[in-house]
Amino acid sequence: MDAIDAELARAQEERRKMEEALAAGAPMAVSSVTFDTDLYGGGGADPNRFAGYDTSIPASEDDAAEDDAEAAANPAPRRLASYTGHAIAAADLPRSADDDGPPKGAPRIIDREDDYRRRRLNQIISPERHDPFAAGEATPDPSVRTYADVMRDAALQKKKEDLLREIAKKKKEEEERDRERKAAAPEQPAAAATTKRRNRWDQSQDGDAAAGAKKAKTSSDWDAPDATPGIGRWDATPGRVGDATPSVRRNRWDETPTPGRMADADATPAAGGATPGATPSGAWDATPKLPGGVTPTPGKKQRSRWDETPASMGSATPGGLGAATPAGYTPGPTPFGAENLATPTPSQIARGPMTPEQYQLMRWERDIEERNRPLTDEELDTMFPQEGYKILEPPASYQPIRTPARKLLATPTPMGTPLYAIPEENRGQQFDVPKELQGGLPMMKPEDYQYFGTLLNEEEEEQLSPEEQKERKIMKLLLKVKNGTPPQRKTALRQLTDKAREFGAGPLFNKILPLLMQPTLEDQERHLLVKVIDRVLYKLDELVRPFVHKILVVIEPLLIDEDYYARVEGREIISNLSKAAGLATMIAAMRPDIDNIDEYVRNTTARAFSVVASALGIPALLPFLKAVCQSKKSWQARHTGIKIIQQIAILMGCAVLPHLKSLVEIIEHGLSDENQKVRTITALSLAALAEAAAPYGIESFDTVLKPLWKGIRSHRGKVLAAFLKAIGFIIPLMDALYASYYTKEVMQVLIREFQSPDEEMKKIVLKVVKQCVSTEGVEADYIRNDILPEFFKHFWVRRMALDRRNYKQLVETTVEMANKVGVADIVGRIVEDLKDESEPYRRMVMETIEKVVANLGASDIDARLEELLIDGILYAFQEQTSDDANVMLNGFGAVVNALGQRVKPYLPQICGTIKWRLNNKSAKVRQQAADLISRIAIVMKQCQEEQLMGHLGVVLYEYLGEEYPEVLGSILGALKAIVNVIGMTKMTPPIKDLLPRLTPILKNRHEKVQENCIDLVGRIADRGAEFVPAREWMRICFELLEMLKAHKKGIRRATVNTFGYIAKAIGPQDVLATLLNNLKVQERQNRVCTTVAIAIVAETCSPFTVLPALMNEYRVPELNVQNGVLKSLSFLFEYIGEMGKDYIYAVTPLLEDALMDRDLVHRQTAASAVKHMALGVAGLGCEDALVHLLNYVWPNIFETSPHVINAVMEAIEGMRVALGPAVILNYCLQGLFHPARKVREVYWKIYNSLYIGAQDALVAAYPALEDDGDNIFSRLELAVFI
Amino acid sequence: MQASDRFNINSQLEHLQAKYVGTGHADLTRFEWAVNIQRDSYASYIGHYPMLAYFAIAENESIGRERYNFMQKMLLPCGLPPERDED
Repeated sequence: MDAIDAELARAQEERRKMEEALAAGAPMAVSSVTFDTDLYGGGGADPNRFAGYDTSIPASEDDAAEDDAEAAANPAPRRLASYTGHAIAAADLPRSADDDGPPKGAPRIIDREDDYRRRRLNQIISPERHDPFAAGEATPDPSVRTYADVMRDAALQKKKEDLLREIAKKKKEEEERDRERKAAAPEQPAAAATTKRRNRWDQSQDGDAAAGAKKAKTSSDWDAPDATPGIGRWDATPGRVGDATPSVRRNRWDETPTPGRMADADATPAAGGATPGATPSGAWDATPKLPGGVTPTPGKKQRSRWDETPASMGSATPGGLGAATPAGYTPGPTPFGAENLATPTPSQIARGPMTPEQYQLMRWERDIEERNRPLTDEELDTMFPQEGYKILEPPASYQPIRTPARKLLATPTPMGTPLYAIPEENRGQQFDVPKELQGGLPMMKPEDYQYFGTLLNEEEEEQLSPEEQKERKIMKLLLKVKNGTPPQRKTALRQLTDKAREFGAGPLFNKILPLLMQPTLEDQERHLLVKVIDRVLYKLDELVRPFVHKILVVIEPLLIDEDYYARVEGREIISNLSKAAGLATMIAAMRPDIDNIDEYVRNTTARAFSVVASALGIPALLPFLKAVCQSKKSWQARHTGIKIIQQIAILMGCAVLPHLKSLVEIIEHGLSDENQKVRTITALSLAALAEAAAPYGIESFDTVLKPLWKGIRSHRGKVLAAFLKAIGFIIPLMDALYASYYTKEVMQVLIREFQSPDEEMKKIVLKVVKQCVSTEGVEADYIRNDILPEFFKHFWVRRMALDRRNYKQLVETTVEMANKVGVADIVGRIVEDLKDESEPYRRMVMETIEKVVANLGASDIDARLEELLIDGILYAFQEQTSDDANVMLNGFGAVVNALGQRVKPYLPQICGTIKWRLNNKSAKVRQQAADLISRIAIVMKQCQEEQLMGHLGVVLYEYLGEEYPEVLGSILGALKAIVNVIGMTKMTPPIKDLLPRLTPILKNRHEKVQENCIDLVGRIADRGAEFVPAREWMRICFELLEMLKAHKKGIRRATVNTFGYIAKAIGPQDVLATLLNNLKVQERQNRVCTTVAIAIVAETCSPFTVLPALMNEYRVPELNVQNGVLKSLSFLFEYIGEMGKDYIYAVTPLLEDALMDRDLVHRQTAASAVKHMALGVAGLGCEDALVHLLNYVWPNIFETSPHVINAVMEAIEGMRVALGPAVILNYCLQGLFHPARKVREVYWKIYNSLYIGAQDALVAAYPALEDDGDNIFSRLELAVFI
Repeated sequence: MQASDRFNINSQLEHLQAKYVGTGHADLTRFEWAVNIQRDSYASYIGHYPMLAYFAIAENESIGRERYNFMQKMLLPCGLPPERDED
């Protein structure tokens, strides 16, 4: 007891010291107190705190297609080798939602969406519409919405918006005047800067009509009409016109509620104004200058701030994108947010039913509370042993923490939902276990209650009306699909599909579509619900017509989702929808959206229309598109129409070719449109069309060449960029002569624009230069003299290396130029920059050199350049600090390999560097050095530097004790490269020393180590087995068995091959004994690999050395072993092919036995062995044995287990090949017209595969049928005889 | 459909029937099968030139005529279909 007391005293003493130190403000305080960095962030000074956030907003929006391709090719940042990628690369990677914030459940869609994409929640699910096809001649009921109604509404809406805009404009003007009067505010210069910039881009007619919000948007962004996500971000801060530098941080956390901020709250889609239904575009309500516009009461302001407090408490940090004030507590104008949000009560918590977000937060809250609750005395008693602990009195100064907010939230009834109340806190209850609903329904999440709440009412089903019953049924099925287990989901989905017509389109969609608008939807849930729609669509067919628009509202947002599969899914649904509803209905449904005031709606509609075009064919849509593109009523309609064509080109690619001429004709007038946006999108559409059509179709563009030509001379800014892009894509379609001419002409403009400071212009210019340069007919001399100097002057600057897209584009363009002008010109210009002080820039130079040299070789490079080059790459290689993409390494390898023997003089220096770096402290450096050896090993051999290689071999051998697995893997790889090049006999260290050193490394579980090690060992076993005693090989065999567990297929394959080599070297007996023993193990994968290894051993050492032992093993009365033997036989016969004819008789008795076994797997595996055997010996005269085996296989045709029946059918197919179809047909004939349908079905199945496999050959074998009355079935021709 | 069929080619029986006209099913009648056999036979005769030549010599017709005849016979190779009793 004394000892314990003493210890306690010591602990208390220590703590007191620490507290004193803290109080004294000692520097150790912060670092010595540990707390959960995951939850609380890395303290105040942590530089990585905001690493996950955007530091800049992409300037370009116009090449969405490029983005798409990129996103598809680069699905997730997880592929990175490590998490310490340099910031530039990391910033451009698409972020996944789970990067930051506390660990959550499944990622919600809304969390990864930006504001623009979140605008989908602003859309309302429109009421169903009149279907003129179904109604026939009858006049529509006045209660249904007809096309005319919708159009009228749209027009009204437009008028209203115009009016509002007018008001806003007036206000703004007034304010301008006010400001002018006041003059000289401190931020005036900054404001002037913005307006200046705005003037530049927005000089056209519509610009000044736009309200402040709109202005901020278009002015700061490049290509508003073509906007994909980025645009919407500006919306978040519409109110701050005077505030030239909207700080991202303020926006997010909103520490200081500025007046601008209040408008802000209204502009975010979630807050959505007073009547959500009436105004889909919340942004317009947010007239930037508050006083008159929205008149938020002070109460409201207060609320919006207080609301967020519990939110950030619950989920620590509102994760990722959600951070941009994710809808606070208001559900946004989704149709269910019925309560009047404009009059908030002061106490948020006492308000009516909670929104889904709130539920979610509450759930987190509760969860965290539950885990963090203080332990009670009883619990502590059960946890600690009775002895050795002492209960201390709390110090007198102790004050328990009482957080009011937490208290508040912990009260059991924070919301007065009629349907659901958070149950009384019960310490004993297991919160993890979901509560079961009656009737086998899956667990309901809190946010589901508003949709599925009625399922909880325990009413008698019989008392409900049939309609209500139906609704209930649908809800149950949907709940099962959404939250159920996979089998539940499957049956529910099937029921929904089967009964779709019975339920009717109305009730179905009325239940499904609101679910899809749920803000807390997760990816998986959305996928399932979309799947439901797809299935249901298929069944409902023309019944969907009244619901087309409804469905589109929910599905269209999928088309701009950042997830590739969501986009594909959306396309599929819209395509199916248009096939079900027909063109007329689709057009009628989407026409009103074409000139919607909301850019988001127009954008998604254009994309949806392109999908319709691809589903129903372009010609069907042409007349409509023509009309839209010439619309006089609004520029929005023209803009959308032209955009549809752009999207068609992007979506359909070269399939636009047959209609190219008409498509171009439809949009060509847009080049001289009065509206600047229309001109821009026209040029972009032409670019897309030309890109899709390349390299054909120049004649279709004849008519637009002149206007484009004039355009690039008369326009400036982004219109010019778009025009240049169009020209850039059209030039490659031209004949060499024209291309050369046009290139020269356009090049003057391009060279002028080289110095444009605008990022987007830069990108387009680079792209166009690339296109022009790569075109046939543009001479090397011209490029060398006229383009290169300016090009290098303006583009090869350090700044270009900082943005990943610029970087990529510049490298591509330069490589393209090198293809024309040769290596020496390009490399000569940039080789000095390998020694530049900026690392990203050096990397860009290196990548360019690598690509150029890899494309064109190094024969152009003279002695002087060669020296500079080697010098440069050595410098760049040594100076690199971070290189995850291995650019330097690849560049080094490419240059050395291209130079070949010319590297000889530099090799000692290179090897010196490598050796020095192999000894470096940093693991990464060592790894790269080892990797470099494997890259240049072949060249070293070419230069006859075998001694040097031997030396490197010894050095590497010494480093085999490396502890970093990544590095060890590379070292093994380097050793492998050296062994491969200099051969087994000359290798230093000698193989007999090397291999024993490798045996323990085989135990290493790291994938890279395993792979390289097994490759090296396999290589030695293959080529130099005799250098190593047999005992060592046996030892390795045992190690190899473990390797069969590897996850990577390559490793397992290398392992089984190595078994083969070893067996060849030391004879099969011992190896086989090891392997046969291994058949007894439990793991399936291990056994499967063992069987493969046995088969390989049999193949390399001839089957007769292995078969006796193998067949003997079959006598072991153990399921796994017998199956393993059969499987080995199956692989064996697969590998040995026609050699099997010598062994078929030997194994037939064994197979007979297996095919008669009670165990299904026996029969299955034996059947697959029979298949391989039959295919191997086809045509070699083993028919007798095969027919015998077929007689054993045939009774299995009635098996129902999928694997067995598949194996049996394949065996029969194999027999068809070996025995001929006639034999199998004769087996078939007995059952084709069997009285029992079950039998007939199976026989027809066999007949069908027989027929598909050998249709023609069956003609000779068909039975002679007897004539039947008038019908003549006999084939008289067969009786013809000369 | 059986559980076992879901994984193999027969899961798309309708598709199969559309793609390969001659494939059958459990409800195929004797007549329909015979028609398939006949058409396959004629197609085969036409497809193998030596067969065609053989028939031409035996019947003392030109090869082209034989081919034409066979093709004509493919229309209703077994005569009119028998009356269906039910449905």
